[in-house]
Amino acid sequence: MDVQVALLLTQDGLTNGAIYALLALAIVLVFVVTRVLWVPQGEFVSYGALTLASLQLGKVPGTVWLLACAGIATFVVDAIVAWRDRRSALAVRSGLSNLLVPAVIVGFALWLAPRNPPLLVQILLTVALIVPLGAMVYRLAFQPLQRASVLVLLIVSVAVHFTMQGLGLVFFGPEGARTPPFTDVRLELGFMTVSGQSLIVIGASLLLIVGLYLFFERTLYGKALRATAVNRTGARLVGISATLAGKLTFTLAALIGAISGVLIAPIATIYYDSGFLIGLKGFVGSVVGAIVSYPLAALGAILVGMLESFGSFYASALKEVIVFTSLLPVLIWLSLRTRHAEEDDEE
Amino acid sequence: MSRTEWSRSGLSAAQVLPLVVLLAVAAAPLVVSEFSVTLMNYIGLASLVALGCSLLTGVGGLTSFGQAAFVGVGAYTTAVLTTQYEWSPWLTLPVALVLAIVIALLLAAITLRLSGHFLPVGTIAWGISLYYLFANVAGLGGQTGITGVPPLTLGEHVLNSGREFYYLIWICVVIAVISVRNLLDSRPGRAIRALRAGGAMAESCGVDTGHYRVVIFVYAAVLACVSGWLYAHLIRFVNPSPFSLNLSIEYLFMAVVGGASHVWGAVVGATVLTVLKQWLQDLLPRLIHSSGNYETIVFGMLMVLLLQRARSGLMPLIARVLPIDRKVQVPAVLADATGSAVTPLAQRVRPAAGESLLEVREVVKRFGGLIAVNRVSFEMQTGEILGLIGPNGAGKSTMFNLITGVLEPSSGQVWLRGERIDRLASRRIAERGIARTFQHVQIRPLMSVIENVAIGAHLRRGGSVVGAALRLDRETERALLAEAQRQLIRVGLGDQMFNQAGSLSLGAQRLLEVARALCADPMLLLLDEPAAGLRYQEKRALADLLRGLRDEGVSVLLVEHDMDFVMTLVDRLVVMQFGEKIASGNPAQVQSDPAVIEAYLGGIE
Repeated sequence: MDVQVALLLTQDGLTNGAIYALLALAIVLVFVVTRVLWVPQGEFVSYGALTLASLQLGKVPGTVWLLACAGIATFVVDAIVAWRDRRSALAVRSGLSNLLVPAVIVGFALWLAPRNPPLLVQILLTVALIVPLGAMVYRLAFQPLQRASVLVLLIVSVAVHFTMQGLGLVFFGPEGARTPPFTDVRLELGFMTVSGQSLIVIGASLLLIVGLYLFFERTLYGKALRATAVNRTGARLVGISATLAGKLTFTLAALIGAISGVLIAPIATIYYDSGFLIGLKGFVGSVVGAIVSYPLAALGAILVGMLESFGSFYASALKEVIVFTSLLPVLIWLSLRTRHAEEDDEE
Repeated sequence: MSRTEWSRSGLSAAQVLPLVVLLAVAAAPLVVSEFSVTLMNYIGLASLVALGCSLLTGVGGLTSFGQAAFVGVGAYTTAVLTTQYEWSPWLTLPVALVLAIVIALLLAAITLRLSGHFLPVGTIAWGISLYYLFANVAGLGGQTGITGVPPLTLGEHVLNSGREFYYLIWICVVIAVISVRNLLDSRPGRAIRALRAGGAMAESCGVDTGHYRVVIFVYAAVLACVSGWLYAHLIRFVNPSPFSLNLSIEYLFMAVVGGASHVWGAVVGATVLTVLKQWLQDLLPRLIHSSGNYETIVFGMLMVLLLQRARSGLMPLIARVLPIDRKVQVPAVLADATGSAVTPLAQRVRPAAGESLLEVREVVKRFGGLIAVNRVSFEMQTGEILGLIGPNGAGKSTMFNLITGVLEPSSGQVWLRGERIDRLASRRIAERGIARTFQHVQIRPLMSVIENVAIGAHLRRGGSVVGAALRLDRETERALLAEAQRQLIRVGLGDQMFNQAGSLSLGAQRLLEVARALCADPMLLLLDEPAAGLRYQEKRALADLLRGLRDEGVSVLLVEHDMDFVMTLVDRLVVMQFGEKIASGNPAQVQSDPAVIEAYLGGIE
């Protein structure tokens, strides 16, 4: 391998690593706030990529119908609870966020999709279609299980992955899609070429990370989530409801997933089931930080990207094996640092 | 709901039912269609894997997403060895098993020391890696797989029809279910069933929880591997797709659907999901007008609903309508009532009264900036009842945890009869003769009272997991349960032996913990608020019991808030406040100590 190839592989690795880093951050966020090991993060990625791809072809994306169905289902569940507990305010609020808001987005999408809007509008529409799904997933699957053990939440998380992947097949079909690059610009830096596409991905990831940092440091909601992560009971005692924290967290995770999907769409052909492996690579990254440390998770994810890029050069067929077995030394290292295995389980 | 975990048949109707089912299963291939036989073969193969998942997840509280990969180890090992090296299939089985066990041990060594969620993460990685290895290594046939796997032969007879294979599969299932049932109704089984309560209780009884986690992980891997070996010789072809992560997830779902309340739950789960999958794969593509694995949507939703609404699975619902026993399990040896002589458990030689027993030297425990215990020292002699009192938050329970090895002191030392114990693990300290109860009662609510108590006697007999699965442990069982019974009668719970532990009042649950601690034959007994929740008469009985123990040479360290109880019982007291020792001496001295009066009643401004 000469320097040129190595630089090219590094560029690839960093580009993919930047996306994995976003996913790893979302996975850490969801785990520390809700104790859910968030396996389906990758599904938001494939939804995002496939939605953007449909919009670029001037078609109405399947996400439109998915959002409508999910909104109705969420409202029905809320309405049943509202009727049983005689909480009409709940039904009204749920109607607003699960029927009205999605209806506006859906209507907008139906009107806009065939009109071939500019790329930026397509991206905004993609994000708008996917973000509300986060809170709906939380409401339907996890809100009734706030007190469940990590183990039960993990099994539910995997079940949600099963459902979301199957729904992806229903709403997007089995065909893969790849969007044209955002830009054809290439920068000549000395003896290497940097693609504008890579710069956009890395730049957008950095922007999103800075945005998240500011959200957690500067806003009340961000601080509320941090408080919940540190001490759930304490946060509840000062008036931060676990439900609010959960919905907000899943909304953020969906946002990160949708943007990652938009970013990855021009880089790889995405099928309805591609998100799973992509999400799991984010997971591998997050394990480097024991699924609790943001910086280590991001670092781990970038390492995963590099490993994958160099792995595919040396042994293309075995690149997944290389990426996933790289977890083993990480786990050994974590294991050597830990003195006691601690469990908290209840029945 | 069935009130038992993994219950054993007790009623006559409950004994008839399995026989009827067994007969129906045996007769099925004679009457049903080829298609149904194939389906039932798949159910049997899935049941083996799901049984392992049930043991792992339902009983042990661990999760693996790598079980399909272990199935793959069994299938690929025999496929490669029989087609490329022309081995006999019967010789490949032990090789496959050894391989699966070695891999399971490696994965366990890496992940089981970490907290619970790292095993699933590690097994996801292993499951995916193995899948891509199967698909990409040339010697393993790649995506196209390996064809021409030979059939199994029994002597001259070749098992080449599904109907013949059916019996082999279901004999394996029945053996597996019985072995798991036997295992759970035994000394190692009680330790396994205690795992989910969190480590502290089991370790305080001397149970090596890490070891038993490994044991059930390996057991589950073995069951999966056998299933894969059978699969390869049934289908006579292997390719990577049945060993993917998705299949691992389905096996886990089967265990969840069946629930862990009954050993046959895994078979029920495997049946429900296999039949449902078959039906959905037929139905959904016609509804949606295209082909694909749409059944995952239904499986996923079913699982979310089940975990929200009926977390113990379908088995308890089935048990409600069928004559499956609903009584709490009477351990097999007692139910048999064979009356054969029991060799009592050996007793520890207790040190003579007045010898130095426990010495706590300048012990400090910091939690971050908080100093919970600050340079506390005290000594105990054999045959003494020492009270450790102080207001809430004084550091008494932390002191208990430091003595029993749940926590390690930040500085200072703890000595037991001339041996330093503060760096030892809990179970090592239990081996040396310290037994304890907990401030927050730690019992297994779904196990019977006597089984809970018998966990305390864990260290007093040995016995392997394999021996338990094969029922070679009956003499040990009789001895352990007889001891548990003796201690239960002693604390006054003799008439509640076979009740579910969770159904006892809080006071009785505390007495259960005392009985469990006594089962360990301790020289030093640490009791954390044993009288809380007891009525007056019960408190008097407990005080009499503790005096009786002292006379037998058992020393007692007691944390208690009931001052009448403490003052009339103890020989000496140590008083703590804000992590420091503020006074010590006999009850009269302590009661007149100004520092103690100030701590309890508040000073005068």
